[in-house]
Amino acid sequence: MAEHAVNFAAASKAALQDSQLRGNFRRAMDGLMSKRAVQFADAKEWHTMRALAASVRLRALAKLPELLEQLETNLTRNGIQVHWASTTAEANAITLGIMRKANATLAVKGKSMVTEEMHLNAFLEDHDIEVLESDLGEYIVQLDGTMPSHIIMPAIHLNTKQIAHLFKQKIKDAASTGEDAAALTDLARRILRQKFMNAGVGMSGVNAAVAETGTLCLIENEGNGRMCTTVPPVHIAFMGLEKVVEKLEDVPPIISLLPRSATGQPITTYVNMISSPRKEGEKDGPREIHVVILDNGRSSVYADPELRDTLRCIRCGACMNHCPVYTKVGGHAYEAPYPGPIGKILVPQMEGLAKRGEMPHACTMCNACVEICPVQIPIVEIMGRLRVEAVHPSASVKDSGARASKTEALVWKGWAAMNSSPLAYKIATTAMSAVGNAAPGSLPLLKEWTSVRSKPRFAPRTLHDLARKKGIPNV
Amino acid sequence: MDRPTPPTKPTKVYFFGTCLVDLFYPDAGMAGMELLQAQGLTVVFPQGQSCCGQPAYNSGYRADALKVARAQLDLFPGDLPIVVPSGSCAGMMKKHWPHLFHGEPDEAKALQVSARVWELTQFLVQVLDVKLTDKGEPLRVTWHASCHAQREMGVVDEPKALLRQLANVELVELTREKECCGFGGTFAVRHAEISAAMVGDKVADIESTGAKRVVSGDCGCLMNINGALEAGGKPVQGQHIAQFLKERTHG
Amino acid sequence: MSDARAAILGTLRRTRDAHPVTPPPSDFTPLAEKQWPPEERLPRIRRMMEAVHTEFLDATEADWPAVVTDFLTRAGAANLLYAPGTADGAKLANAHSPSPPRGEGRGEGDAPQPRTSQEEVSATPNTDAVAPPHPNPLPGGERGNIAGDLRLIPYDRPIEDFKQQMFEGIDAGLTGTLGAIADTGSLILWPSADEPRLLSLVPHIHVALLRADALYDSFWQAMRDQRWADAMPTNALLISGPSKTADIEQTLAYGVHGPKRLVVVIVR
Repeated sequence: MAEHAVNFAAASKAALQDSQLRGNFRRAMDGLMSKRAVQFADAKEWHTMRALAASVRLRALAKLPELLEQLETNLTRNGIQVHWASTTAEANAITLGIMRKANATLAVKGKSMVTEEMHLNAFLEDHDIEVLESDLGEYIVQLDGTMPSHIIMPAIHLNTKQIAHLFKQKIKDAASTGEDAAALTDLARRILRQKFMNAGVGMSGVNAAVAETGTLCLIENEGNGRMCTTVPPVHIAFMGLEKVVEKLEDVPPIISLLPRSATGQPITTYVNMISSPRKEGEKDGPREIHVVILDNGRSSVYADPELRDTLRCIRCGACMNHCPVYTKVGGHAYEAPYPGPIGKILVPQMEGLAKRGEMPHACTMCNACVEICPVQIPIVEIMGRLRVEAVHPSASVKDSGARASKTEALVWKGWAAMNSSPLAYKIATTAMSAVGNAAPGSLPLLKEWTSVRSKPRFAPRTLHDLARKKGIPNV
Repeated sequence: MDRPTPPTKPTKVYFFGTCLVDLFYPDAGMAGMELLQAQGLTVVFPQGQSCCGQPAYNSGYRADALKVARAQLDLFPGDLPIVVPSGSCAGMMKKHWPHLFHGEPDEAKALQVSARVWELTQFLVQVLDVKLTDKGEPLRVTWHASCHAQREMGVVDEPKALLRQLANVELVELTREKECCGFGGTFAVRHAEISAAMVGDKVADIESTGAKRVVSGDCGCLMNINGALEAGGKPVQGQHIAQFLKERTHG
Repeated sequence: MSDARAAILGTLRRTRDAHPVTPPPSDFTPLAEKQWPPEERLPRIRRMMEAVHTEFLDATEADWPAVVTDFLTRAGAANLLYAPGTADGAKLANAHSPSPPRGEGRGEGDAPQPRTSQEEVSATPNTDAVAPPHPNPLPGGERGNIAGDLRLIPYDRPIEDFKQQMFEGIDAGLTGTLGAIADTGSLILWPSADEPRLLSLVPHIHVALLRADALYDSFWQAMRDQRWADAMPTNALLISGPSKTADIEQTLAYGVHGPKRLVVVIVR
C-alpha cells in the first residue's frame, strides 16, 4: 500500500459534531440550490443548453491533443509563453523560475484550484516568496491557515461573526472595523489595493482556454482577477490540461451555464478574455504572460474512455451544492482541493485508491449531482466504476485493488450463491425469518445501524410464502 | 422512456417483489399485488425470484451482481410487464442491467426483460390509470420520494397523484422532498454518522409537516426512516405506499 | 519542459487513438433562440443591471459630457480619468475646455440641464465610497482642465508613470463600450491603446457610455456579429455591474476590488 489512506470517516465525524458548521452549510446550500432553480426555470432551455455544453466539452476532449497544440501555437503567436508540467512539482519549479527571473518576492493570486493541487503558496513561501490570495473567500481562508472548503465559495464554512473575529485577530488595522459584511469587504479592498499596486507577479486560473484564438477566459465577481491579470508586470495563468475548448463560440455556453449553476447569477460581474501581453502603444497590462499547463494525473484519467468524462468538468460547484453528504460535512472533511461529488471521482483518480479508496463510497448514489451537472457528467456511474476499481486490480486507475479484501469478496460470493439458486434462497430466507430477529444489536454493521435506528425486523413469513399461500400463480 | 408500451391495459403482469420486501415488508408486497388484482389483472409471482443484484453492484462486485441478475432472467418469459414495488430495484433492472450485461452472451435477453420493468406507482398511474375511492378516516400524510424512483425511474408525480385521489387524506409535502434520506445501501453502515445526520434531517422535515404517516415507495428508505422515527420515539409511522393505498381503498 | 510536453501529448494521443470518441454535434439553437424584441432589449438590460446596483443616466450625443460631469460633481468626485485619444475622450475634453470666445463655466453655455434617471436619485448606499478631494496635483504640473469641481485627467501615458495616483487619487474613470447584451445585462468593452484596461477597473466609479442602438441579444450573437474570432484584442471584457462578492456568508457586498459603482450613460 503506497500512502496512508485518508480517513474520511474520522474527518467527517468531527464535521458532523460541529453544529455551527452544519448550520452554516445547511443555510448556504439551501440558498444556492434555490437561486440556481430560479435561473433554470425553463426546463427546455436547461436541457438544450446542457446538451450543448456537454457537446462542447466532449468535442474538446475528443480532440484534446490537437487542441492543446493549437492552443500553444496561438498563445505563442500572441506573445504568451506556454509551459508544460507533468507533475505539481514541475509546475511549482516552473513558477519559481518565473518569479526568480522577474525578481519578484510578492505575488497576488486570483482563485485557482489548480494552484491548490500544487500547494503552490506553501512551496513559494518555503522559497521566501509571499503569495497573497486576493479573492475575498481565499483571502479569508489564507488568514485562517486552512484550505478552501468549496471550489466557488472558499469560506462558506464560516459565518460573518467568525470572519470578523478572524480579521480582528490577524489584521492589525481591523480593530476598529465594523463587523458586517460591507465593512469587512471594505477593509479587504483597502488592504489588497496596496498589494495589487506593488506585486511583481499576478497569478490566476483559467476557466476556459480557446485554441482557435489563443485566448484565456476568466470569470469573476470581485475584480481581483482583473487586477491580478492587468496590474503586475508579469501574469502567470495556471490551467489543467482539460480546460481547453476548440472555438471562441464554445465559450458562451459555458459562460451561460457556469454562473447560473454555481451561484444562481445570470452572469458574473466580469468576463475577462486575455489574448496577449501589453502591445506596443498600450498603456497597461502585463509585459509577460505565462501559461502553465498541468497534467497531475489528468492524462491517466483521460486514458480510460469511461473515466475520461470526469474531465468534462467546468468547475461550477453545483454538484457539491446539491450533495446531501457534502451539506452534512462541509468541504474540509474531504481534505482535498476538490470536495463534493466531483472531488469524489477526480481525487481518487489523481491521488490513487490506496489513499482515497473510501471517497467513492462516501455517497448514497442519490443522483442529485447528475441531475444538475451542466455538462452531464455521469458522476454516479463513475463513482460505481471506482468502487469496482477499489477492490479489483486493473491498469486503469492508480492503486486499483488497494482496498481488496478477501473477507468482503467471500461475503459477496456467498451472497451471490444464495441469490442465484432458488433453493438456497428459500433456505436462507426461511432461516432469517425464523431467527433473524434474535441477532444482537451489537453485531458489527448492525451496531452502526442501531446507533440511531431501531433494529430492522424480519417478517415472520416471506413474500414468497405469502404469495404461495394465497395461490398467486408462479408462471 | 424507451419501453414497449403495453397494449392499452394488460390483463396479466409479473410481480418482482425485491429481496427487502421479501424479508422485511412482505405485506407491502402482497398489497402491491392485490392493488393490481383489484384492477382485474392476473398477477404472476415467479417463486424462483430473489434479488436484482443491486447490493453487490453498488459495492463494486459486478461479477457477483451479474450472477444474481442472470438468475432472474428466465423467470419472466414473454412480454408481460414486470411490476416492481421499489424505485431503486426497478432502476437497477431498467437502468443498470444494460450496463451490467453489456457484452455478455445473454445481453439481448437481459435488455428484453429490462425494457419491461415498471415501478409500481408508475404502472398504476400511467398504464392502469387507477381510480381510487377512499374508505378511511381523515389523516394527514407526507410523501418521501426515493432518489432512485425520482432520478432513475422518473417517478415524481405519480405517487402524489395517487395519494391526492384519496378524499380523506391530506397530503402535506416535505420541505426537502427530493433530498436523500441517507440510506444508500451499505452507506448507512459504512458512513453511519453521516447517514444518521441525513436521516435526522429527514425526520425533522417529516415532523414539521405534522403528518401522522410518512409514505414511501422504497423499502430501503422506509427501513431507514422508520427505524429513526421509532428510535426517536416519534408519533409518526412510515408505510409503503402499496400498503397504505390498500388499507385506504379496501377498508 | 519539453519532456513534459512530449510525455503529455504522447499519452493523450496514444490513449485517445486507442479509444476514439465521436462527440455529439453542437447545436447552438438554445443560444440562437435567446432573442428579445428590439424595444425590450434596453429595458431588460437596465432591469438586470440595476438588480446588481448599476446606476443609469440618460443623455444625448450633445449633452452627455455635461450629464457625466454634473453627476460626478454631485457624487463628490474630484477628478475623472479619461482616454484623450478616443472620439468620446476628445468630446469630453472639448466640452470642458474654457475657450476664449465662450462664456464662463462649462463652455457650452446653453447646454441643456442634464437629464437624470429616477434610479440615479435613489442611488446606491455607497455614497461614502468616493475618496475625498486630493490636494496634490499630478506630477508635471497642471494636467487637464477644471470644470466646476471636476478635474479631467487624461490617461495618456503608461501606468508605471502614475501608478500611485491611479490607485490612490482617481475617483472616476470614463470609457466607451461596444454595446450591451440583453440576455445577461452586460456591457461589452474592448480596451485599446487609446482606452486602457485599468480605466474600467481601478477608479472607484466607472462611467460607461452605451449607445442605445448598440444592443445585442446574447454574448454569442455579439461575438458573431462583431466577428471576434477574426482578431481578438489584447483584452475583451463583459462588465455586468459594480464589483461584488457573496463570500461572507452569502451576503452580497458591493465594491470589492473593482469599481464600487458602475454608472451607465445611455446615449441616444
